[in-house]
Amino acid sequence: MGQWGKDDAMKHRKSNLEPVAEPESQDPMARPATSTPHKEARLGREVQARIGQQLRAMYNDVVNQGVPQHLADLVRRLSENDHDQD
Amino acid sequence: MKLDPAIRDQVLATVPSLRAFAISLCGNIDRADDLVQETLLRALAHIDSFEPGTNMPAWLFTILRNLFRSEYRKRRREVEDAEGRYAETLKSHPEQTGRVEFEEFRAALAKLPADQREALILVGASGFSYDDAAAICGCAVGTIKSRVNRARTRLADLLAIDSVDDFGPDRATRAVLAGGGRN
Repeated sequence: MGQWGKDDAMKHRKSNLEPVAEPESQDPMARPATSTPHKEARLGREVQARIGQQLRAMYNDVVNQGVPQHLADLVRRLSENDHDQD
Repeated sequence: MKLDPAIRDQVLATVPSLRAFAISLCGNIDRADDLVQETLLRALAHIDSFEPGTNMPAWLFTILRNLFRSEYRKRRREVEDAEGRYAETLKSHPEQTGRVEFEEFRAALAKLPADQREALILVGASGFSYDDAAAICGCAVGTIKSRVNRARTRLADLLAIDSVDDFGPDRATRAVLAGGGRN
């Protein structure tokens, strides 16, 4: 579980994620609630990689379920006569 | 008029990732499948507005997101509940729950604000470019970048804190329970 540890994160301070400049207030809802530049600097390469990995694993879990039959049928049916539905 | 089979196949090929995205928005599989179904109905009814050769996944994701958003406005409270249940929903797949770490990740993801989670998933899981993600969300590229950055920072934060087991009695208890009690 140490992968997520603060110490590790500190060690990998060198990040390969380009720190993206905050675009100024395009979206007021997106203002940071808690994050600070200091915290952002702590985001190490390894932490990033693990986040990406977990994210894809979770997502691909659903992707790998393929196309449910009822949705496949729906697409096939609609593509046979695509304009008479309403 | 029949739909070009090549276009139909592109639509079908996008369905799996459309579902994954829908689940991340709705936090509920049944609801997500309804949303995907509605998206497909809408998309195929307006297939003429799709320009062949352009990005089919981005087009379908945009439709799905718009449908979700209009529903969200109508049923804000319900959806907020759904967000709260997100972690729970994800836990209901026994075959995926091998590791405590994975559970922690899911729980942390569920704590992100919806717009940050959405941006992170589009870029980090669906594999869209920042440009496509911005088009899907109807916002500036910079906004997407900033949301993704915040999402990553916050996740790293949540996960780091959760793994420090000498953080206090409560944490220590949780660590013991998580480590030994539940296999």
